[in-house]
Amino acid sequence: MDLMEYQAKELFAKHGVTTTLGVVVETAEAAKAAAEELGGVTVVKAQVKAGGRGKAGGVELAKTPDEAFGYASNILGMEIKGLTVNRVLVTPATPPEEEYYFSFLLDRANRQYLCIASVEGGVEIEEVAKTNPEAVRQIAIDPGTGVDEAKARAIATEAKFPEPVFEQAVAMIQSLYQVFVEEDATLVEVNPLARLAGDKLEALDGKVSLDENASEVRHPHHEEFEIREEADPLEAKAKDLGLNYVKLDGEVGIIGNGAGLVMSTLDVVAYAGEAHGGVKPANFLDIGGGANAQVMANGLDVILNDPQVKSVFVNVFGGITACDEVANGIKGALEILGDAATKPLVVRLDGNNVDAGRAILDELNHPLVTQVATMDGAADKAAELANA
Amino acid sequence: MSIYLNKDSKIIVQGITGGMGSKHTDLMLQAGSNIVGGVNARKAGTTVELNGEKLPVFGSVKEAMAETGADVSVLFVPPAFTKAACIEAIDAGIGLMVVITEGVPVQDTAEVWSYLQSEANHGGTRMIGPNCPGIITPEESLAGITPHTIAGKGPIGLVSKSGTLTYQMMFELKDFGFTTAIGIGGDPIIGTTHIDALAAFEADPETKAIVMIGEIGGDAEERAAAFIKDNVTKPVVGYVAGFTAPEGKTMGHAGAIVSGSSGTAQAKKEALEAVGVKVGKTPSETAALMREIMQNL
Repeated sequence: MDLMEYQAKELFAKHGVTTTLGVVVETAEAAKAAAEELGGVTVVKAQVKAGGRGKAGGVELAKTPDEAFGYASNILGMEIKGLTVNRVLVTPATPPEEEYYFSFLLDRANRQYLCIASVEGGVEIEEVAKTNPEAVRQIAIDPGTGVDEAKARAIATEAKFPEPVFEQAVAMIQSLYQVFVEEDATLVEVNPLARLAGDKLEALDGKVSLDENASEVRHPHHEEFEIREEADPLEAKAKDLGLNYVKLDGEVGIIGNGAGLVMSTLDVVAYAGEAHGGVKPANFLDIGGGANAQVMANGLDVILNDPQVKSVFVNVFGGITACDEVANGIKGALEILGDAATKPLVVRLDGNNVDAGRAILDELNHPLVTQVATMDGAADKAAELANA
Repeated sequence: MSIYLNKDSKIIVQGITGGMGSKHTDLMLQAGSNIVGGVNARKAGTTVELNGEKLPVFGSVKEAMAETGADVSVLFVPPAFTKAACIEAIDAGIGLMVVITEGVPVQDTAEVWSYLQSEANHGGTRMIGPNCPGIITPEESLAGITPHTIAGKGPIGLVSKSGTLTYQMMFELKDFGFTTAIGIGGDPIIGTTHIDALAAFEADPETKAIVMIGEIGGDAEERAAAFIKDNVTKPVVGYVAGFTAPEGKTMGHAGAIVSGSSGTAQAKKEALEAVGVKVGKTPSETAALMREIMQNL
């Protein structure tokens, strides 16, 4: 889960990283009030989970509360990389004297953590990485030993943090590592890490991605970071039903078992769609191993509520799951849904107890259900029906 | 022959008394696995009866190994306790640790991997998983949850990130059969990689050809391609899932996410094809490519 800047800063503050929280607001009036309360010059910053906010016009310097009102009016409702801005963060303007870059991240290729630091950083870090890669230091972190004071000191030395802020950097590196490990992040990034007037080091912006497995296991409070009203309504509904669902932009609803098989099903449907008016998969939905009637009904319910969906492809390979259970699940789901089931279903069953499973659906003889024996053939049929 | 697992493997199950653990221990016994016991500190000294066999429950992996000579452990331990269970198995010096558990925090896996690389791993433990279906050497042994009924013994080696795609591919090629089929898991950090399995299959005289199944996310397939170029002489057929996955959305597996230009299915396919691996567009096309190779061997 990616956090917005203000959420990342809340975690920074919690673990002792020097930052300024500011005020998060959802209206221009509230932005003005916040600017009045903070006093002086403020920055109005769009809160969306996307980079490049400044370049998109989502970050503005406001000299007066009225200017804050004006900028907030423009920014709220603005689209940045396809995301609508619903809230802005108002913070005191603290012009940096120097801008640095700092991050901890999961280095999956090397199966360890990585620290990236540069004192020639700031928002142009990607440019620096290209033109002067030597200035962007990459330091491997062993997850077994982590970052203690000595390691933080080594990092600060390697990154060449200047003497007046060196000790602050050592402390901040340790605090940022606390954010990384104690919140189970896969990314903790500060950009810019600013040297303010009076040699004060502060995290002016922050980006944090959290490991959802860890949030589930040991950070129930991370749920607060989910902004429900901004989630796709079908994804929110699926989440409530405990389904692994991702909304896509096509016409063929997909239900399958196992993440890999469902991903593969999306591909096969997209290929088949090329011959049927370019129809595409409408979603990713993995019902996992337990394809009983209720799970199947929940899955179908979510998919049939997608107005874009014209046909549904149920693709199940019975490994541990028996195909007769899946067939009974489909049968039960159609009973539960009754008249709400209105779109054609193409079902491909194979594997464990396939004959019994197919027999159940043959006997059901439901007008909406078509059985096709192979994955490629069923994808073709589902695409054809979606294009009808 | 086979890789990592054979009929002589003596298997214990960590989490044998849980729902998943007991269900799949039963299925492993049906597959012919030599299960010699289980581990649950709170139920040490008791026995569980599965598939008509009474299996002893030990208090620790160390004790289980001392009593039974076990060299493989399969873990059905809840995600919150998986790290501790792995460390226990490594400390005991188990040869192979197969971690089935889904939803393990990635930093826990990172710590276990670090531990495996340290001097503490005196027994040279190998980890498969986490979040994987495990490993099957058909007609000999199963350490995991792959259905043993799909395919029998044969000349193909299979390595895959995905469970159900493993089953699908075994099904498509069941008339040829497999030396070993190994599901390495779809998490961002895993123990045994495509490269490890490719090297083992290359060294296994009975494996004549290899199917490699990947999916979006990370660069494991690209690395595997580079490895194949220099180290694999046997024919390899590949499949990559996730061509239509959008950027920034996690597709089921925690590791299956396309970020920016990296980790796309297209990039993986191109990397594999550049080193002579034939890559199918669909599972059935991939199976057809393998079929062609087998018929010409």
